[in-house]
Amino acid sequence: MDGFATMAEFLQFAFSGLTVGAVYALVALGFTIIYNASDVVNFAQGEFVMLGGMVTVAVSAAGIPLPLAALFAVALAVGVGVALHRLAIEPAHGASPVVLIIITIGASIFIRGVAQIVFDRQFHKLPSFSGDAPFVLFGATILPQSLWVMGGAGAIVVVLHAFFERTILGKAVLAAAANRLAARLVGIDTRLIMTLSFGISAAIGAVAGILVTPITLTSYNVGTLLALKGFAGGMLGGMGNPLGAVLGGLLLGLVEAFGAGYLSSTYKDGIAFVMILVVLFVSPRGLLGRRSVERV
Amino acid sequence: MLAVEGLTSAYGRIEVLHGVSLEVAEGEIIALVGANGAGKTTLLRAISGVQPISGGRVVFAGEAIEREPAHRRVAKGMAHVPEARQVFAPLSVHDNLRLGAYRRKDAGVAADLGRIYAMYPMLWERRRSAAGSLSGGEQQMLAIGRALMARPRLLLLDEPSMGLAPVLVDRIMETILALKAAGVTILLVEQNAVAALSIADRGYVIETGAIVHRGAGRDLLDDPKVRATYLGV
Repeated sequence: MDGFATMAEFLQFAFSGLTVGAVYALVALGFTIIYNASDVVNFAQGEFVMLGGMVTVAVSAAGIPLPLAALFAVALAVGVGVALHRLAIEPAHGASPVVLIIITIGASIFIRGVAQIVFDRQFHKLPSFSGDAPFVLFGATILPQSLWVMGGAGAIVVVLHAFFERTILGKAVLAAAANRLAARLVGIDTRLIMTLSFGISAAIGAVAGILVTPITLTSYNVGTLLALKGFAGGMLGGMGNPLGAVLGGLLLGLVEAFGAGYLSSTYKDGIAFVMILVVLFVSPRGLLGRRSVERV
Repeated sequence: MLAVEGLTSAYGRIEVLHGVSLEVAEGEIIALVGANGAGKTTLLRAISGVQPISGGRVVFAGEAIEREPAHRRVAKGMAHVPEARQVFAPLSVHDNLRLGAYRRKDAGVAADLGRIYAMYPMLWERRRSAAGSLSGGEQQMLAIGRALMARPRLLLLDEPSMGLAPVLVDRIMETILALKAAGVTILLVEQNAVAALSIADRGYVIETGAIVHRGAGRDLLDDPKVRATYLGV
């Protein structure tokens, strides 16, 4: 193989890794936001991605324009996220982390079951947002939809960053994550903040699902694996660190794509879990784990 | 301004406040002193709403508030500087102060920030630092500054002198007197009973969840029984 073909192949893997990694990054970001606000590791995070894709498919099939259908899907996912907090997490107030994790797994099985009844068990596709004509960059082909996925993920990261750094409500979310007692004492309604965090996470997941469905298709059960991959990405980057979640997700996508390309696609999904094990062995806090700056 | 009547509270099945009553009039400094574990912190937490109560009433500015969640009590004009400061460690000093005014909608927040920075120039110098990187004394000033940003009518202070060098304890007591002069009503919980009673208008002595002595600050300081039992002198 000559040098140019090798280069093109490398770029091809890199682009597909970044595309899928952007989705993992968004799922990991959803994990992080809920974890910071409530210490809950929400394994129903993947179901928000599924809902985003499936609801958009169903609503647009009913003749509603795609942007409106997508908006409706995000709103519905937010509703499910808020309900998850108010109906399943909050009543278990004070339960151990393991119990809360099991509750979220139960919720995810429930959401999947309902989706299977309301929709069906088929795979569904959405049309690409700006056509399917790929363009070529240094010999690698890129789908326009890949740019939508990466751009969408980038936009979400920028908006979230602005929310946390520039608004008092965003600061209140950070404050509640840092010290719940003090947050209540300065007048922050921490219950509302938690509900808000579930809503934001659900919205992020749904957007990821909508963006990626034209490439990967969707079905009622895509959430399970995405939740695990997103969790792996979050662990890799350091649970609780939004920047780490994004980097971890992207890195996981890249490793998967290169592993599938250069080694064997059979082990593609296994790579995520090998990575979790390695991270937990080498650096349990992940690449950018929560640093403690507290002085006593 | 504040009236607590027959307050009871429990951790699980163990009742730690057995019907506590106390009153704080507008403009007063009230000291609440007592040994470790007497229920001082629990009482303050019950007043600010972060500790569930099992009975009794909390009346603030003529309004029963014992059923209100903590964040509404802040909006009504109550601010609580908790034990061990509890600053938002990863957030900047500036953000900590700004969040103190979270419930305020008025336009005076920026001016009040300036006032806090003028009062504690050290906070201005460190305004971009993570609050957790400050020393204990600096964190205490930040915690007080954060509470003042709420423009409280009633300030609840829990052990502000804990772990501080004597010179800083004096500094904190001066701050409290200055706040009183500025019209803030103060309920001060202290293990350092001598320091607290010296600046207080009136004091209460709490023992295993019940008030056992009350009186003017000076009188309690001079009372031989109180001195022997609670002041260790």
